Amino acid sequence: MTTSFFSAARAVTDEAGLRRTLSLLACGLSALGLMATAAHAADAPSAPPKSEINAAVGTGAKFTPPPESSIPNDEFGKMVRLGRDIMLDTPKYAKAYVGNTLSCVNCHTDAGRMAGSAPLWAAYVSYPAYRSKNKKVNTYEERLQGCFMYSQNGKAPPLGSETLIALQSYSYWMAKGLPVDEKAAGRGYPNLPEPAQAPDYVRGQKVYEAKCIVCHAANGEGQYVNGETVFPPLWGSKSFNWGAGMGSYKNAAKFIYANMPYGMSYSLTPQEAWDVAYFMDAHERPQDPRWQGTVAATRAKFHDSKFSLYGTKVNGKLLGDIGAPKPR
Amino acid sequence: MRQCLTKRRPPTWAIVGGFLLAAPVSWAAAPPEAASCIACHGADGMGNAAAGYPRLAGLPAQYLADQLHYFADGTRNNAIMSGMAKPLTATQVTALASYYSKLKPSATPAPMPTGAAAAEGERLALRGDWDKGIPACIRCHGPGAVGVGEHFPPLVGQSAAYIEAQIKAWKDGSRRGDPLGMMHTVALRMSDAQTQAVAQWLAAQPLSPSKSTPAKP
Repeated sequence: MTTSFFSAARAVTDEAGLRRTLSLLACGLSALGLMATAAHAADAPSAPPKSEINAAVGTGAKFTPPPESSIPNDEFGKMVRLGRDIMLDTPKYAKAYVGNTLSCVNCHTDAGRMAGSAPLWAAYVSYPAYRSKNKKVNTYEERLQGCFMYSQNGKAPPLGSETLIALQSYSYWMAKGLPVDEKAAGRGYPNLPEPAQAPDYVRGQKVYEAKCIVCHAANGEGQYVNGETVFPPLWGSKSFNWGAGMGSYKNAAKFIYANMPYGMSYSLTPQEAWDVAYFMDAHERPQDPRWQGTVAATRAKFHDSKFSLYGTKVNGKLLGDIGAPKPR
Repeated sequence: MRQCLTKRRPPTWAIVGGFLLAAPVSWAAAPPEAASCIACHGADGMGNAAAGYPRLAGLPAQYLADQLHYFADGTRNNAIMSGMAKPLTATQVTALASYYSKLKPSATPAPMPTGAAAAEGERLALRGDWDKGIPACIRCHGPGAVGVGEHFPPLVGQSAAYIEAQIKAWKDGSRRGDPLGMMHTVALRMSDAQTQAVAQWLAAQPLSPSKSTPAKP
């Protein structure tokens, strides 16, 4: 029965394809073909949810960075390429400054090129800027240092170090032609409507088990092959620390909605994104390096937000209560 | 092929032959059911590139078992494999999946394609084409496309013909059962030229990547 249904669906699609080249009936018939595909998908146990092609959809971004094939073959180009390589495999190319198994590309899809996935070209034109994170005006290099201290749970590459020069060169090269503007369309992750229901651990766990576990594994530890990270760990000792931007479940929800599951942007409902982000951020992870001596003091100074679960009790456990950060 | 379809019980010579041929490769005895597989997938489980029959050796056991169930229930629509999989009991499926997962793969990669198609294949495999919503193969199948866990099989050691046919099967819905419909989604976004280019590039890769796999292009 399944087989005959398949044959029928294929016949319709083939017929549509043939006629499309011959007549003005193309639109109608391809619609028919799409309907057949949709009906067939609905019947499938693993029918993919409707998704958009990437995170750029819905950001209003008009800017496109130049193709990588146009990176110049000179000394500057070498530095741009090193920046690109650091993005793709941070533990390998910026080893001295990385304290976990994540790479920049895990949160900046397509090596920081994609709008709606915190593209580096939009960040580059947004600095210097004041940041409440460290309560001072930050240069772009200082902003990059933050990624290493928090998201990479490592240490800041010194100002003027090759690692920062490479990332800055790569960002500048991508941003060429984009006006200086901290509101550049496509920056960060697209806004997400407030959830209809307050984000919930149990609902989030259900989303995780249905949509995330296949890659990120049962305990959020990710998956590795030959010592290299394939699917990044989402919590625990090898993930980002409590100071990272992803530790705000609002930020995480925005990222997840536009970028996850991988290659299936906007396939979750906003509520699912909020719930699963809450679930992810309700787990223990390395201490915030801005540690103030106690969880309460650290929360008061740096996590005084309803979107941070640091210093709150989840399932009876005080999150962040793991002592001082490990020395680096 | 006709033989594959009609054969229910393998002849004794095939079983004995299977043992003899498979043993030096894995040092483990092939289950009797494997005799039916050998005709197309080879005694070494490395398939037949010219015919487009895939490598089974060293694939994840769970993945192999899933595929046999999918062939049997029509989730994966393939006349030959459906006929082979339907009579198998759950125990036989487990035995076969376990046997082939432990078989050590060995293969000579296909010649590396040249020119623009090769560059496009490499770009798709290592970086994807995100303007079209196509992630890089290695992001889920691992560095060197050697496979990750139980659900993301190795792509290396498969022929270009097989890889191309599978992407097309996901695209037209005749192959399903991929987690979250991820491969169906990716395949829908791939052009025929891209499908061919990436299949040929992957088929030319070694079974184990060299340590200094570049992040290029």
